[in-house]
Amino acid sequence: MDLQRNHNYPKVCLIEKVINETHTVRTLVFSDEVMSNVLPGQFAMVWIPGINEIPMSVMITNESGKAAFTVRKHGPSSTGLFNVKVGQQIGIRGPYGNSFDLKQGKLLLVGGGTGLVPMMRLLTFVTPDDDVTVLIGAKSKEEVFFEDLANNLLKKNKHQVIVTTDDGSYGEKGFVTDMVEKLVNHHHYDGVYTCGPEIMMFKTVQSAYSKGFFVQASLERMMKCGVGLCGSCCVGEDLVCRDGTVFDGEHLLSNKEFGHYYRNKAGILENYKI
Amino acid sequence: MESSLATSIGKIQLERPIMLASGILGISLDVFNRLYHSGAGAVVTKSLSKEPWEGYSNPTICSVKGGGWINAVGLSNPGASYFSKMIETNKDVPILVSLVGSIPEDFEFMVKQFENCKVTAYELNLSCPHVAKVGLEVGDDPELVKKIITTVKNTTNIPVIAKVGLGTTNYLNTVDISVESGIDAITAINTIRAMVIDVETKRPILSNKFGGLSGKPIKPIALRCVYEISSKYDIPIIGCGGVSTWEDAIEFFLAGASSVQLGSIIGDNWIGVFNEINNGIKKYMNDNGFSKIEEMVGLAKKS
Repeated sequence: MDLQRNHNYPKVCLIEKVINETHTVRTLVFSDEVMSNVLPGQFAMVWIPGINEIPMSVMITNESGKAAFTVRKHGPSSTGLFNVKVGQQIGIRGPYGNSFDLKQGKLLLVGGGTGLVPMMRLLTFVTPDDDVTVLIGAKSKEEVFFEDLANNLLKKNKHQVIVTTDDGSYGEKGFVTDMVEKLVNHHHYDGVYTCGPEIMMFKTVQSAYSKGFFVQASLERMMKCGVGLCGSCCVGEDLVCRDGTVFDGEHLLSNKEFGHYYRNKAGILENYKI
Repeated sequence: MESSLATSIGKIQLERPIMLASGILGISLDVFNRLYHSGAGAVVTKSLSKEPWEGYSNPTICSVKGGGWINAVGLSNPGASYFSKMIETNKDVPILVSLVGSIPEDFEFMVKQFENCKVTAYELNLSCPHVAKVGLEVGDDPELVKKIITTVKNTTNIPVIAKVGLGTTNYLNTVDISVESGIDAITAINTIRAMVIDVETKRPILSNKFGGLSGKPIKPIALRCVYEISSKYDIPIIGCGGVSTWEDAIEFFLAGASSVQLGSIIGDNWIGVFNEINNGIKKYMNDNGFSKIEEMVGLAKKS
C-alpha cells in the first residue's frame, strides 16, 4: 500500500487496456493498488487532462493490483474518457464515499447501464451460501453488457441473471422496474441493492421498501470536489460525495429530492425526465 | 461562571463564534440547517451573482501536496433571485448572504431580492482571486468599492461586511475605503491566488490554471492581516483563512477577530469540526478564566 499517498491529489495512471463492452460503453484498465481494493459504492474523481474531471465508480478486473473505469459516451466529458487510448494518462483522486451494507441470504441486485459497475464489485463480496439474483436493465440488445461477467462471478452460488430490454430485443421485454415489482411480490429478499438511472432506483427502492425489505441505492450527482467542500452534489441535506454514495432506502424516501430533482452546474434544481 | 460562546460582530449577534465560510457547501437551505445543528454559529452563502453562473469546468478543486487546497470553482451559483426564494422559509439559521458583482447596480438589485428573507448580514466579496471583473478586480479599485458599499448601505438596514483579500494593491487600502464608506465589519482574508502543476502530465491541474490557495498554509498570513486591521481600525473583524482547530480560532480572537470562518478543514475532517472547535474554545476559556469571547479579542496586541 502506498501509505504516503495524498488521496486528494490526482495520481497519474496509464491506460493499459481498452475493452469494448458495447458500441457506446468501454472499460479502461490501469494498474493501481489503492483503486483495485475500493469498496462497492466508492468512487474516484477521474481527471482526463485537458477535458474535465468526473466522478466514476471503480470497476473490478480479473487481475490483482488493477482497476478500471467503465464509461458510456454521453456528454463531452464522458466521451473524452471513452476516447482515451492505451498508453494515455488519466489522473485519479480518491477513493471517496461509503459502501453498501451487504446482507447475507437471498439478495437482489438491480443495475442499469454503467450503474452495473458497483453491482459487479458487490458480487465479489457475496458469500457462497447467498442466493443472488442480478437484474440488468437495458434499452435494447446492443446495450446489454456484464451479463456473462455476472454469471461468472456467481458460478459458485445459487443464482440467476435476468436481462430486461425495453424493446424486447433480448431477454425479458419491458422495464427492469416492472421485473423488480414482480420479483419482490413473489419472493422474500434479505437485501436489495441498486445503481443506475435515478428513476429506476426510485422505483426499485419504493417496491422493495413497500415489502419491508432492506434496500440501498448508490446515487449520482454533479460533482466538483468529491470531498464535501463545494456542495454541488447535495440532495436535500445529504451530500452524495460524503454521506453517500450509498443511502438506505428508508432515508432516501424521506428525502424530497430523491427521484425527482437534481442540481445543474449553477445549483438550480431541475426535474428528472420520466 | 460558565463561559459563553456567544459573540457580537458589531450589531450582529451570534450564539457561537464559528461560521461556515463563503463558497463552501452553501447551496441548499437543508444543508444550512444541518450545519447550524452541527455547531456552526452562522453560515455564509456561496457568493451570489445577478444571473446564475455555471462556474469553470473541472478540475476545479485539488489538494496541495504541501498542505491546504486550491480551487477555481469560478463562483458557480444559482443567482441571487433563485437563492432568495430558496431561503424564504428560513427561520433558525443565521445566514450571511455573500454577493459578488461588477457595478453598484448589481449589488442593489441583489439586495432587493432578499427583502422577504431572514438575512443576518450581507458579505460583499471584494476578493475572489480567480474570476475576471469581480472579486479582487473590484476590491483593488477604491472608487468602485466606495460606490458599491454606499449603494448597498443605502438599500438595506441589515449590517454589511466587506470581505477583503490579497490582490495587486495593498489590501489595507480596501479596508480603509470600506471603513470610510460606513462598512459594519471586515472579513479577512480570501483565498490567495496560486497554482498547482502536475509533473507527470506537465500541465496545471485546475482547468482555469490559476485558483485560490486555502487551508492551513494561509493561516499565518490571515492572522497577520487580522492583527494589522485591528491595530489600525476600530472595526469588528471576522477572521478567515486556514482555521482548522480551536487553537487557530483562539489565535484569531487574540489578534482582534470577534468571530472566525472556516471552510477547507471540512474537506479533511467533515462537519464534526464545528463542535470540536466549539468545545475546544469553551475548554480554553474555562481554563484561562474567560467568560466571554470579547474578553479575548485583541489581547495579543497588548503584549
